[in-house]
Amino acid sequence: MTTATPAAAGTRRHRGGPGGARPPETEPEAMTFRRRLNRWDVKASPYLYIAPFFLLFLVFGLVPLGYTAYVSVHEWNLLSGKGEFVGLENYRDVLGDRYFWKALQNTISIFVLSSLPQVLLALGIAALLDANLRGKTWWRMGVLVPFVIAPVAAALIFGNLFGDRYGLINEGLQAVGLEPIRWHVDRLASHLAIATMVNWRWTGYNALIFLAAMQAIPRDVYEAAAIDGASKLRQFFSVTLPMLRPTVIFVVVTSTIGGLQIFAEPRMFDAGGLGGSDRQYQTITMYLWELGWRVRNLGTASAVAWLLFGLIVLVALVNLLLIRRLGRGGGGSR
Amino acid sequence: MDHHSPTPRRRTRLTAAGALVLAAALSACSASTGDEQDTGEEGTTTLTVATFNEFGYEGLFEEYEAANPGIQIKHKKSGTAPDHQDNLYTKLAAGSGLSDIEAVEVDWLAALVEQSDQFVDLSDPELEGRWLDWKVEAATTDDGKLIGYGTDIGPEAICYRADLFEKAGLPTDRDEVATLFPTWDEYFDVGRDFVAEVPDTAWFDSTGGIAQAMVNQVEYSFEDADNNVIAAENPEVKEIFETVNEQAAAGLSTKTPQWSEDWAKAFQNDGFATMPCPGWMLGVIEGNASGVDGWDVANVFPGGGGNWGGSYLTVPTQSAHPEEAKALAAWLTAPEQQLKAFESKGTFPSQVEALDDPALTGATEEFFNDAPVGQILADRAEAVELAPHKGPKWGDIHTAWQQAIQRVDQGQESIDEAWQSFLADLDRIS
Repeated sequence: MTTATPAAAGTRRHRGGPGGARPPETEPEAMTFRRRLNRWDVKASPYLYIAPFFLLFLVFGLVPLGYTAYVSVHEWNLLSGKGEFVGLENYRDVLGDRYFWKALQNTISIFVLSSLPQVLLALGIAALLDANLRGKTWWRMGVLVPFVIAPVAAALIFGNLFGDRYGLINEGLQAVGLEPIRWHVDRLASHLAIATMVNWRWTGYNALIFLAAMQAIPRDVYEAAAIDGASKLRQFFSVTLPMLRPTVIFVVVTSTIGGLQIFAEPRMFDAGGLGGSDRQYQTITMYLWELGWRVRNLGTASAVAWLLFGLIVLVALVNLLLIRRLGRGGGGSR
Repeated sequence: MDHHSPTPRRRTRLTAAGALVLAAALSACSASTGDEQDTGEEGTTTLTVATFNEFGYEGLFEEYEAANPGIQIKHKKSGTAPDHQDNLYTKLAAGSGLSDIEAVEVDWLAALVEQSDQFVDLSDPELEGRWLDWKVEAATTDDGKLIGYGTDIGPEAICYRADLFEKAGLPTDRDEVATLFPTWDEYFDVGRDFVAEVPDTAWFDSTGGIAQAMVNQVEYSFEDADNNVIAAENPEVKEIFETVNEQAAAGLSTKTPQWSEDWAKAFQNDGFATMPCPGWMLGVIEGNASGVDGWDVANVFPGGGGNWGGSYLTVPTQSAHPEEAKALAAWLTAPEQQLKAFESKGTFPSQVEALDDPALTGATEEFFNDAPVGQILADRAEAVELAPHKGPKWGDIHTAWQQAIQRVDQGQESIDEAWQSFLADLDRIS
């Protein structure tokens, strides 16, 4: 809106200038100066208005990114600082470390176990909340409760649930004669436990985003579908889903970024913070943290940061393509 | 003050975003906390003191302010040692944002002694002889610079459950218990007798905890005097590794890692009968075992004396008021003040003079059957003969070593396999 004002004002003045009711005595030179000013105003102002974001992004986004790249090609101790230039050696070291690959597998596994069910579940919950419920606000507030609970408190609750020996789940399993699950030992079990924590926290948040988008879908589309004899389920798949496409893309991209950077939950899953005795649940960010703050090698840690950056961009692109394909398939008419 | 934290969940408030872009984290940290060292009102100097867990300094700051008009003290307290350590490392790297006085735990002291140019030299002829020799040595650089004043130490005794001892037909009186296991071999032998009688209860709290106690009695364990890594060749390291794992296999250990959820709950479930306990551990036991009767402390530690944990106060060169900070640190670590801290939070003094002070030797703990813990720990402190040498890599190697022990506990690897994978980890670290 603000960007439109000077442009509109500029054109108006331009049109109504010399030929209008204004006295024509004004000197032509001043006019051209004003006109030039106007033109400059029209062209440059929009950039000025959006500049703050890009300036901030430059300072807090690009500069650190560049600096991290700079650090990653040097020998760099956290405490004693910069050492020699080593080229790509840090990257070679990281790629040659078996724990990096293990962390990569863990990250992807936890990411798939959390993001996928999370988006599907959020969609379902949103569809339910979109229906005519009694006490709408109460239900809607309810799904956000996990999100506002401090992660530390959540870790406490889940710590009780997923204890290997005295945990609630295992005590329940043993009570009915089943084998206890070794949550902190078995790799897949640990990933499941961590994904549960992540899903518990983020599903409600995503559901609300979906809900907001669903409410923006014009109701007459549904009416038309209903008249055509479409069932509720059919309406969901043929009307709601295609019209949610931009929102689904948004949620998938944000949860990709969040999922690949997952840190707090696996780190709080045990006291050591290294992801288990055999790195069963060490993620890439935890691996980065270990290199930077425990081994105190910022050079290799920065190399990991860049590798992770590359991975996220890659996965986000794949996601985008996939969702586009899916969206086109579903919403045939478009 | 303890190496690990009693409440591990509270340690991780780092966000994923913060961890990704390192430089952003660095700049954000220094920007958000800023230096609160500005001179506030006219003539007042504000000193910041950063500690973790409980140092027992709360009342002392007011006392110092009252005695020194013109000095104001701001206390920054981290919930756990690792939080504090992360903050300290980050701001050392950033070159700004540190407090005037920073507390440092002994296990990461060596890494900071290497960076001694970032710390003010605190050596002072007047303070010579204030601390136990080994306490001072660990904070002194090769060229004689002292980077930290000692606060507390962690002399270890054995805490035990008298009620479970009775069940197993063992003596329960703390003086009799103290004669049972002067060596590790005897400790394990009594343990085998115990688990034969009480099969549902383990003898000690965790395999890794015993390993840590034993390795802390070795002068050169993972690194030699020149900080070359010798962990792979050192027969003592391998022997301890095999011993603890064999004892665990015989059913003496709970096999839960220390500070884990299961470990904390084992206190409530008669999970084990004994554990090594430095002074600061008494509070941890009391917290985890609240409502459980029968805890007591025996004036003995297998293999002689042992020290676990303890801290220092340092003054970073970043401080705008190094002189005032040094004076405050010296005052806080004086025997009189440390005794008050001991009374309020149980941090056992590292100061020679405090060790025979009646305020210390007369101290008892109700929870531990009114044991004279002050006297017991003072005796235990005297039994400590050496400070294990901990070079800059000690902490990292120790972590890998503990993880290997844990893998055996969890049945993921045999003792030999775990030793081999520890060697592989060693290559990676050093």
